[in-house]
Amino acid sequence: MTGTVSPDRVGHLARELAPRVLGALARRHDDFAAAEDAVQEALVAAVHQWPRAGIPDNPSGWLFRVASRRLSDHTRSERARRRREEEVAASEPREVQPALDAIPGADEDDSLLLLFMCCHPALTPASAIALTLRAVGGLTTAEIASAFLVPEATMAQRISRAKQSIRSSGIPFGEPSPDERGERLGEVLHVLYLIFNEGHTGSAGDSLHRVDLSDEAIRLTRLVHGLLPEETEVAGLLALMLLTDARRAARTGVHGELIPLDEQDRSRWNRGLIAEGIAIISDTLPRGAVGPYQLQAAVAAVHDEASSADDTDWPQILALYGVLRLMSDNPMVTLNHAIAAAMVDGPAAGLDLLMPLDTDARIAGHYRLDAVRAHLHERSGDHERAIAHYRAAAAGTSSIPERNYLLTRAARLSATKAESGRGVGAVPTSGDSGDQA
Amino acid sequence: MRYILMMHAPRATGDYQINNWAPEDFEAHIAFMHRYNKELTEAGEFVGAEGLSPPGDAKLVRAGKNGTPVTDGPFPETKEFLAGWWIVEVDRPERAYELAAKASAAPGPGGAPLNMAIEVRQVMRGPLPDV
Repeated sequence: MTGTVSPDRVGHLARELAPRVLGALARRHDDFAAAEDAVQEALVAAVHQWPRAGIPDNPSGWLFRVASRRLSDHTRSERARRRREEEVAASEPREVQPALDAIPGADEDDSLLLLFMCCHPALTPASAIALTLRAVGGLTTAEIASAFLVPEATMAQRISRAKQSIRSSGIPFGEPSPDERGERLGEVLHVLYLIFNEGHTGSAGDSLHRVDLSDEAIRLTRLVHGLLPEETEVAGLLALMLLTDARRAARTGVHGELIPLDEQDRSRWNRGLIAEGIAIISDTLPRGAVGPYQLQAAVAAVHDEASSADDTDWPQILALYGVLRLMSDNPMVTLNHAIAAAMVDGPAAGLDLLMPLDTDARIAGHYRLDAVRAHLHERSGDHERAIAHYRAAAAGTSSIPERNYLLTRAARLSATKAESGRGVGAVPTSGDSGDQA
Repeated sequence: MRYILMMHAPRATGDYQINNWAPEDFEAHIAFMHRYNKELTEAGEFVGAEGLSPPGDAKLVRAGKNGTPVTDGPFPETKEFLAGWWIVEVDRPERAYELAAKASAAPGPGGAPLNMAIEVRQVMRGPLPDV
C-alpha cells in the first residue's frame, strides 16, 4: 500500500481497470447484468477507500475480489429469495467460484467483447451509450447522469433497461461470428462517435466537475485502437476525434457563442492533438480499406493543417468528399461536398449540388440545408436570398448558439447590404459530415 | 431530444378546481401523477417536473425605475394557466406527444379523463458537433 492518493488518480485507475475486471467476472458467471452491478459496487468501494487507504498492490485483484464477493452475496440472496418463492431448482443460478487469489484476466483483455455486447443493435442508442460508459468506461451511474444532465434515477433505469434487453435478446458474451463482425464493430464505433459528439453538444455551463464525454470517447476509442491496431476505420475514428477535439477551445467564444471555422483563432488549436491525429491518419490511409471515418479524418486534417482559412486546400477537401459521397449515401455528406465545390468552383457550383436534396425526404426542409444555401447565396452576393435562408435555418435549429449565430449572420447582412459576404468556410457543417447513420 | 410538456389547466376562481373535488377523486389524481412520474423514470425519460402554486397567487413583474419590481395581477380573467411541467428526454417527437396525451388523460371528477391541453415544445441545446 502506498500513502494517500488523489481521488482523481484513483478514479482514473479504477476506470482503466473496470473493463478487465468485468470481463473476467462475466466469463466466470452466466449473469452479465449481476456481474456488471457487482463491478460497479467494487468501483464505488475503491473510489471511497483508496484515496484514504492507498492503492492496493494489486488493484485489479482487489476489485475482482470485492466484485466476486458482492456477486456471491447477490447469488446467495437471490437463491434464498427463489427458494422462498418455491421456484424450481432447475432455474437456480450456478454457484460462483471466485478465484480469490488469482489476478484474473491479466493476460487477456475482454474490453472488446464487452463493447460488442454493450453496443449491440438490439439496444437503443441511449441505452447502449449509458451501458458502454458504465461497463467499459468504468464510470459511476452518478457521473454518467451528471454528464448527460439527467437525474441519477433516470440514468440508472436506462442502464438497467439496457441490461434487460441483453438478457431478453439472449446476446452472448463473446466474439461475434466472422460474417457479422464487421457490422458489429461498426455499431461499436458509432456508439463511441455518438458519445464524442454528445461531449461537444452538451451545455457548456457548469462543466468543471462533470466527466468530459469527448475525453471518455477518445479514451475508449484509443482502447479499441490498441486492441485492433489493424482495423483502419478504428484508427480513422480516433484520428477524426483528435483532429476535431483539437479545435474545441477555439470553437466557442467567452459567452458560448459559436465561432465558425474560418473565424477561429488558430493559435488556440491544440497542436499536440493535431500532430497525433495527422500521424495516425497518415499512417492509416495508405494501408487500404479506406472508410468514411478515415475520409472525414482526412478532411479534418486538411483544415487543421492550414495556417489560415484562406490557406485551406479546398481542392483536396473537394476530392475527399467526392470519394465519401461514392461510399455513403448520406445527405449530410452532399451538403459538405457542396460547400467544398463552392470554395473551389464558386457558389453556383455548390448551389447546383444542393438541388437534388430538395426531393430527398431525409434532409428536405432540414435547417442545415437552409444554412448552407444561406452561406452560398451570401457568397454569390444575393443577400436577400441569403437572409431568408439564414432566418429559415435559425427557426429550424434546436441549438441556441447555432440559432444566435445564424440570426447574427442575417442581421449583419441586413445592416450592411452593400458589403459582400465572406467565405463559405463559415458554414457550421464544414469539416463534419454529421452522423454516419 | 428534450421536450417540455406544459400542463394548461382551465381556471375558475383563481384557485385549483381540484381543491373542490371529492377526496377519492383528488387522491386518484395525485396517485396518477406519482405513477406517471415513476413510469417516466423507469423508462429512462424523466429529466424534471414541477407543479406550480394556484394562479390566484400569480403576479406579472416588470423592472421599474432602478430595477425595482413593479407587480401586476392577479388576473381573474385568464382562461387557462400553467399548472405544472415535465421535461422528458425521448428519441423522437412522437414519443413526447404520446407522453403528453397520457398526462392529458389524468383522471378528474368521477375518474373521467380531464383531457387537459398539454403544450409540447422542444428544449433548445448547446452547440452542435464541430464547426
